[in-house]
Amino acid sequence: MLTIKNLHAQVEEKKILKGINLQVNAGEVHAIMGPNGSGKSSLASVLAGRQNFEVTEGSALLEDKDLLDLSPEDRAREGLFLAFQYPVEIPGVSNINFLKTALNEIRAYKGLQPLDARSFLALTRERQKLVEFDAQFTNRSLNEGFSGGEKKRNEIFQLAMLEPKLSILDETDSGLDIDALRIVSNGVNKLRSANNAFILITHYQRLLDYIVPDFVHVLYDGRIIRSGTKELALELEERGYDWLKEEVALQGQL
Amino acid sequence: MATQIAATLYNKLSEDFKHKRFSPEEAKDAVYALREKSFEQFAEKGFPSIKNEDWKYTNLVSFLKDDLQTEVLAHDYNEVSPATVKQYFIEGLDAHTLVLINGELNVSLSTFHGDGTVSIQAISSAVDTPDYLPYIGKEVDVKHNSLAALNSALFKDGLFIEVKANGVVDKPLHIIHLNCSASGIFLQPRHLVVVHKNAVLNIVETFANIHEESVVWLNSVTEVYVEENAQVNHYVLQSGQVNTRMVNHTEITQKKHSLYNNYTATLPGADLVRNNLNVNLVDNNTETHLFGLYMGAGHQLIDNHSTVDHRKPNCFSNEHYKGILAGNAKAVFNGKVFVRQEAQKTNAFQQNNNLLLSDKAVVDSKPQLEIFADDVKCSHGSTIGQFSKEALFYLQSRGISEASARGLLVQAFAFDVVNKFKLAPVREHIEKQITHNLEQWFK
Ligand SMILES: Nc1ncnc2c1ncn2[C@@H]1O[C@H](COP(=O)(O)OP(=O)(O)OP(=O)(O)O)[C@@H](O)[C@H]1O
Ligand SMILES: [Mg+2]
Repeated sequence: MLTIKNLHAQVEEKKILKGINLQVNAGEVHAIMGPNGSGKSSLASVLAGRQNFEVTEGSALLEDKDLLDLSPEDRAREGLFLAFQYPVEIPGVSNINFLKTALNEIRAYKGLQPLDARSFLALTRERQKLVEFDAQFTNRSLNEGFSGGEKKRNEIFQLAMLEPKLSILDETDSGLDIDALRIVSNGVNKLRSANNAFILITHYQRLLDYIVPDFVHVLYDGRIIRSGTKELALELEERGYDWLKEEVALQGQL
Repeated sequence: MATQIAATLYNKLSEDFKHKRFSPEEAKDAVYALREKSFEQFAEKGFPSIKNEDWKYTNLVSFLKDDLQTEVLAHDYNEVSPATVKQYFIEGLDAHTLVLINGELNVSLSTFHGDGTVSIQAISSAVDTPDYLPYIGKEVDVKHNSLAALNSALFKDGLFIEVKANGVVDKPLHIIHLNCSASGIFLQPRHLVVVHKNAVLNIVETFANIHEESVVWLNSVTEVYVEENAQVNHYVLQSGQVNTRMVNHTEITQKKHSLYNNYTATLPGADLVRNNLNVNLVDNNTETHLFGLYMGAGHQLIDNHSTVDHRKPNCFSNEHYKGILAGNAKAVFNGKVFVRQEAQKTNAFQQNNNLLLSDKAVVDSKPQLEIFADDVKCSHGSTIGQFSKEALFYLQSRGISEASARGLLVQAFAFDVVNKFKLAPVREHIEKQITHNLEQWFK
């Protein structure tokens, strides 16, 4: 589903991604962990098409489409979804109007008719139930005045509405209380299917107890320095990152 | 006078004053003294130049150089039919329609001619109405507004609306100002609105030109007197084509416990819009809200000058203007709030925010507070900004095209002002206009 090869990217002159390789297949859940500032959000941003990143080398394919050639909106329409680490507040744009516009533009891209008001409302209700997200938020401005946790839950609600192929959840778990973490995880598990895939960026093993990953990767200094199965996350929880950093330093000396 | 901008027009207007309309035998006109005094001011000062502090950013020279008539030819009137008028209705607005053609009340095209609550007449025929003379020109400062002086000297016609004490006008009055001249014209309509004690009035003004190709210059003056405990909601929707130039002087005078709300939306089209909105709070415990939205593109110049003069204690005023500028458009916002020494316990707020959509658009924003009382609550502020890149990216990352995302963000920006327009059909009308213009801009 997603094939990243030797991806290099920089902001201004600063090299941030230094050769990322990653293969995510349909039906899989991958977790990406790693110390602060290692480039996890940057990878997500580059894939989603944030402007200030310049890709200097490598490729990223979503199914057969070269993501790097597409505008951010076309990446979304092709089925990419990024749940932001820091969702933006947009006063004056209503949550509901925003979602309707997004959904219908994605449908138009796929050659589908816009959803009529009734079907849209029905879908909204159904997905709200799925992620157990309070209906009142849909009448408010997009994320405005939402608490940290509410913003994260709104991201998952949007995900549920837009039904992407590949979702990247950037630290969706941080800021969620214990109940919300369980609810959000349940929602994601219900949305998982053989036709979609998830990348979970997280610092904590706890999320991975709920959403069990098929693979765990450690990103450090712009590279994936270790990949493994869910046991790797447990090991990291116990030992931290220093032993991995040391290994990298040693390899550098060789 | 040493140098005079627009000398041709200046001379023509001087001739008009001397010979045409106000020959000595017309001195019977009860406002003759006002005209004399006002013309003296205009003759001395001429059209305002950029040396005048209030016109520093708005240079009239290029807008006044066309060949302009000061009288409309009679045959130009015939082409306006009821069907023409209908296309300027506002969808869903249940209103009494008053139609003015070139500043003159057209009785046959208007659907309403007054009732027991409100009287409506041409200002030219108001001379004998008892409440005309005590009000006309009372608060307009012709000394410092040479265009208002010019209008006061030479106005020919306009509306005189008077709402009786305790009268609640059952529907809004929709005043459709139609300009209709095959050749360039300089018009000076004059309107007087007197709303007596405890009365309530809603006014919606819209503007249109029948001949899009010829220059229409409007130098209008509107006076509104809101008497004790009266309420006025005043909507002004300005649109027009290239070649439309308007200088709109609105003078509001509020008495005790009165409420005045002004909602001004300036939509893309006219070359030049200059609004002078002055509110005189001459009594205690008044409330005033001034909401404005302006949207400019092309080479438009939109200039909003306002003054709120707190002369007495315990008055509340709030002004919020928002501007959206694309292309080479230029906007000026100058809001003065005076709080006189006597005006203790004043609450006065003022805010101007601008969104620039192009590198070439320009805004000069100058909120001004002058406070001479000590026990007051006042604030003012002004911002000029561009799209938030973060917000744009967020919307795009959800599959929304850049054009729609920009549209949503512009509407979001306008929202907190547009949302204040209380009459829903008027608000919806403006929202539609905004959407329509954004589609043009971002397509
Ligand atoms: N716009 C930017 N300009 C300059 N440097 C940036 C920019 N965005 C990210 N960086 C830098 O790139 C590096 C990687 O940042 P990134 O946000 O991707 O880290 P992260 O792995 O997501 O960290 P965290 O776990 O704290 O969220 C950091 O050193 C950061 O300072
Ligand atoms: Mg991050």
